[in-house]
Amino acid sequence: MQQHTRITVQTDDFDLAAEYDSARQHSANPGAIVCFSGLVRDIAHGGGQTPEQQTLTLEHYPGMTEQALLRIAEQALERWPLQFIRVIHRVGTLAPADQIVLVITTSAHRSAAFEAAEFIMDYLKTSAPFWKKQIAGSHSEWVASRESDYRATERWTKSGQA
Amino acid sequence: MLTIQYFASVREALGKASEQIHLPDHASTVADLTEHLATRGDAWQLLLNSSQVLIAVNQSVADRSTRLLGSEEVAFFPPMTGG
Repeated sequence: MQQHTRITVQTDDFDLAAEYDSARQHSANPGAIVCFSGLVRDIAHGGGQTPEQQTLTLEHYPGMTEQALLRIAEQALERWPLQFIRVIHRVGTLAPADQIVLVITTSAHRSAAFEAAEFIMDYLKTSAPFWKKQIAGSHSEWVASRESDYRATERWTKSGQA
Repeated sequence: MLTIQYFASVREALGKASEQIHLPDHASTVADLTEHLATRGDAWQLLLNSSQVLIAVNQSVADRSTRLLGSEEVAFFPPMTGG
């Protein structure tokens, strides 16, 4: 388990090329490597705020976060023939277009790598203790959870799918 | 002693990030604990709202029927919004 999975929660940015190379080296016979990176959206685009005035602050529950991400990775390893999983999630204050999350999955075949990466992202959004706060100028508000994110997670529990 | 942690909007609404308390004598579940905390004032009634406030016990997702012995780490937080 441990050698197949690397989970990091960090304030620093990440280097996609370096993580790709590392994932490639950690995989015995990878026919497919899927890399997903999530970026901070320009939430106030068209709303009169310039990107410089916006930030996104991410809070998490140290200890539980890492355990939750490991549990999600374990579920993915049980479900698909994966060789390596890399998850990086940033916390702290980020600006629009900053990288926020990275998921890399490697497998002999692309379908397993694609599906597992999507599974990990879906669960990460609803089952790992991160909270986002948007700050635009003097206004700040916590981001509400979205019903669509829960539906995206639920589809993996329905029989006959994925 | 119970260690209680509050995160994100729950922390801001209560004005408290963490505390240590003794589990009240009559209390044996998370629901008992939240009812005890809710007596502190209007803001604390938030903890009774199970759609807005989620719970972890010893860093695993729990629910209101989860039993407490008195030395756990209990956390209250809003629905998660990672990714």
